[in-house]
Amino acid sequence: MSANLKTKPALPSADKRWKIVDATMRRHGYRSDSLIEVLHTVQEAFGYLDEVAMKFVAGSLRIPPSKVYGVASFYQFFTLRPPGRRTCVVCMGTACYIKGAANLLAAVAEHYNVKPGETTADGELSLITARCFGSCGLAPAAVIDGNVAGKLNVADMLERIKEGAQNDAA
Amino acid sequence: MTLLEDLQHITEEEEEKDSKFKYHINICVAAGCLSSQSDVIKKTLQDEVNKCGLAEVCKVKGVGCMGPCSGGPVVALAESGVLYEHVKVEDCAEIVKSLEGKPVERLVQSTDTPFFKRQVKIVLENCGKIDPESITDYIAAGGYRALTHALAEMTPVEVVEEVKKSGLRGRGGAGYPTGLKWSTVAKAQSSGRKFVVCNADEGDPGAFMDRSVLESDPHRVLEGMAIAGYAVAADMGYVYVRAEYPLAIKRLKTAIKQAEQQGVLGNDICGTNFSFHVEIRLGAGAFVCGEETALLASIEGNRGQPRPRPPFPAIKGLWDRPTLINNVETFGNIAPIIRNGGEWFAGIGTEKSKGTKVFALAGKVQNTGLIEVPMGVTLREIVFDIGGGIPDGRSYKAVQTGGPSGGCIPAEHLDLPVDYESLARVGSIMGSGGMIVMDDTSNMVDVAKFFMEFCMTESCGKCVPCRVGTAQMYDLLTKMTEKRATPRDLALLEELCEVVKNTSLCGLGQTAPNPVLSTLEYFRHEYYEAITGGIPAGPAVEAVS
Amino acid sequence: MSVKTLVIDGKDVSGNDNQTVMEVARENGIRIPALCHLDGLTPVGACRMCVIEVKGLNKLLPACVTRIEEGMEVSTNSDRLQRYRRTILELLFSERNHICSVCVSNGHCDLQGLAARHGVTHVSVPYRYPSCPVDATHSRFILDHNRCILCTRCVRVCDEVEGAHTWDVMGRGIEARVITDLNQQWGTSGSCTSCSKCVHVCPTGALSEKGKSVAEMAKHREFLPYLKQMREDHR
Repeated sequence: MSANLKTKPALPSADKRWKIVDATMRRHGYRSDSLIEVLHTVQEAFGYLDEVAMKFVAGSLRIPPSKVYGVASFYQFFTLRPPGRRTCVVCMGTACYIKGAANLLAAVAEHYNVKPGETTADGELSLITARCFGSCGLAPAAVIDGNVAGKLNVADMLERIKEGAQNDAA
Repeated sequence: MTLLEDLQHITEEEEEKDSKFKYHINICVAAGCLSSQSDVIKKTLQDEVNKCGLAEVCKVKGVGCMGPCSGGPVVALAESGVLYEHVKVEDCAEIVKSLEGKPVERLVQSTDTPFFKRQVKIVLENCGKIDPESITDYIAAGGYRALTHALAEMTPVEVVEEVKKSGLRGRGGAGYPTGLKWSTVAKAQSSGRKFVVCNADEGDPGAFMDRSVLESDPHRVLEGMAIAGYAVAADMGYVYVRAEYPLAIKRLKTAIKQAEQQGVLGNDICGTNFSFHVEIRLGAGAFVCGEETALLASIEGNRGQPRPRPPFPAIKGLWDRPTLINNVETFGNIAPIIRNGGEWFAGIGTEKSKGTKVFALAGKVQNTGLIEVPMGVTLREIVFDIGGGIPDGRSYKAVQTGGPSGGCIPAEHLDLPVDYESLARVGSIMGSGGMIVMDDTSNMVDVAKFFMEFCMTESCGKCVPCRVGTAQMYDLLTKMTEKRATPRDLALLEELCEVVKNTSLCGLGQTAPNPVLSTLEYFRHEYYEAITGGIPAGPAVEAVS
Repeated sequence: MSVKTLVIDGKDVSGNDNQTVMEVARENGIRIPALCHLDGLTPVGACRMCVIEVKGLNKLLPACVTRIEEGMEVSTNSDRLQRYRRTILELLFSERNHICSVCVSNGHCDLQGLAARHGVTHVSVPYRYPSCPVDATHSRFILDHNRCILCTRCVRVCDEVEGAHTWDVMGRGIEARVITDLNQQWGTSGSCTSCSKCVHVCPTGALSEKGKSVAEMAKHREFLPYLKQMREDHR
């Protein structure tokens, strides 16, 4: 075991966030079954999973790179590309769908010229769909820049996103 | 001091502390109400209480979900039983000032309605009453007594027998007898460890029962898991919870820490040689991980792909060890069963479905929210009495249960008693408890397409029928919603339903056709209308019917 | 180890209790079709071609992972199963771009062979025509996603026999693809040993040797049982 630990890869850079990632791995004894927990930490720290991070995690946990990529790309929660500066997550759960979530999604997509699951060309806004927030009592719901907004209509929705952008600028 | 005495002591202390307060203002701090800023309301109420010099006699407490989620933020006055809905910051002063007088009429929601009266709370008994972040609150409400009782007075075999006697069936969807599962794991030979896993990967779109329980009463789930650990001789438990539920994760983490400090989790619990630890594992957005073998693969850090069963996890589960997997609500029923006895539980519900079921009522219905009803109540009671019927003067069309694995139940079956067998008989399933009401504005081909899109994108891709079949069925349904379909397409859709249902590897694929099959059965005319040229007369459709 | 007796397609047969239905059937001259299964690799029960009916059970079971049981009555080739298998094959043909006439594996392909055996003369489900890349960056081999059926034989042989785990699967559902290392070009893979095991276990023309033209890519799989045997003997 110790011989393997010696060959553990060095932190990719002086960025302090790698220490947070390493701490999570250490807490799990660098066990390979902690892969998903570690990827959560990477995403929390960096916002997404890039090649450097996946290589580092693969080397540290002694997991084949293809397996790390296979796991990272299997789960919807993980994103392999940098997110936009701001995010709009539209809930597409059944209750929200029945109450018109598809219209909300289409309206944002059209207004910002962005496809669901992608980020605007200027890196400003990511439009994301979610399976269900479990906020079905508030349907249709969305999470705009981390804040839940419920019982939305198209006008509210666009207004909220615009407000967020103005607050950001201020 | 023994643990039991310790718990008793805490309870008495809490009661004494509490008796000093003349008023208790409870405010819901579960995710539904939090998203309408109930935390700000809570703080404002506390400020008002302080301002009025009532801090000594009035306690403001954050509690879990009280049920009427669409009325959030919800505030309850414990002594008078008054319930306020849609409370705003500017209402807080008035609420506090009126404590001694008449309640603030315009905010009052009557609790003398079927929504409250028809419910029977077992799993949710503490929700909306205790502070989910306080173990002393849970203990004062009788918490962890079932665990100490089981450890002190019962053998593991007796615990399993009690659960068997209760008739409890798995609340995750399939309804497998819980006691039977426990005894299989208990009897499984293992040279090493055994595990208990709590499935909190609530993936059905339109379901939020597990989330509410975890956010409102996390200790109840831990207590159920610990009792299970004792019964099957496991020393380690995992809660596999969706990363999309940050508040539930936070409260669960707090609860685990508190339980360890209190000595109800950890080594040598209650002075016995029984040890039980609990860790959290985060899901990462994959519906298929609700399937138990996929869930285990995910806990082991792999792609969440199911494997063929047998071997069942009860024999060969986590790291090939015998593993007991139950869902949140199932574990939530355990403490009351041990406390009150299996026979008590078996006295509630129907012959084959015992106890209560928690439902997340949503969609086109007046009262959306979280409800708990005895098994055997009718859909009509749920939708029209408890749910208050369909809003905006529209008419009822169907209720969808069981999420993407379930079906749409039409008006003709509204008087069906809600239990595992009855729902299966009409082409749906109990599922984990999502219940979405649809009115006459919903097109059922569109609804079927919605669920098929879900199954297609959530298919893990391992087996051919599910991977390709769901994509093909989705394409066919899209053609139908765009009125481009031919009679041949309908025949093909039905054929694919049969093949995918019968040949897929896991439950996701095997049940993926259910929303199509049930809407085909009850709303076939809508499929005919979706076909170009209207109702087909040729043999293509008859050949497969 | 004990001997168990059972009935397969009306024939009384017997086998050891650690054997699968597929193994016992084959020993008795009954061929159960399979695509993901290959002797020497861990069975995964994924292609569903080998599903069988067992009397008294509602569900169909994959023969490749189902252990025999005393008194089992198995049916491997009912009309219903044949119909299901034809549909599964049609689904596979519709999923990617399988054009046999221009494929390096024409005439040597497991998918094509099974289709012929099951009388799949045409595909009734619509072709999906996805746009799939071809990776020819490896010095000796070619990966053509258009012909891949995601059986994961390459993933398993690389992991279980070669020990490199160069291959895995990315994404999920209809979007799933086989990948090398961090979803990079095969030619740049640091873990690939160029052993060619994956090429030869591949049932279709998805993995082939460079320089092979239409119908020239015959696969050689004798190495797999041989290697397994040699390694067991070594232990």
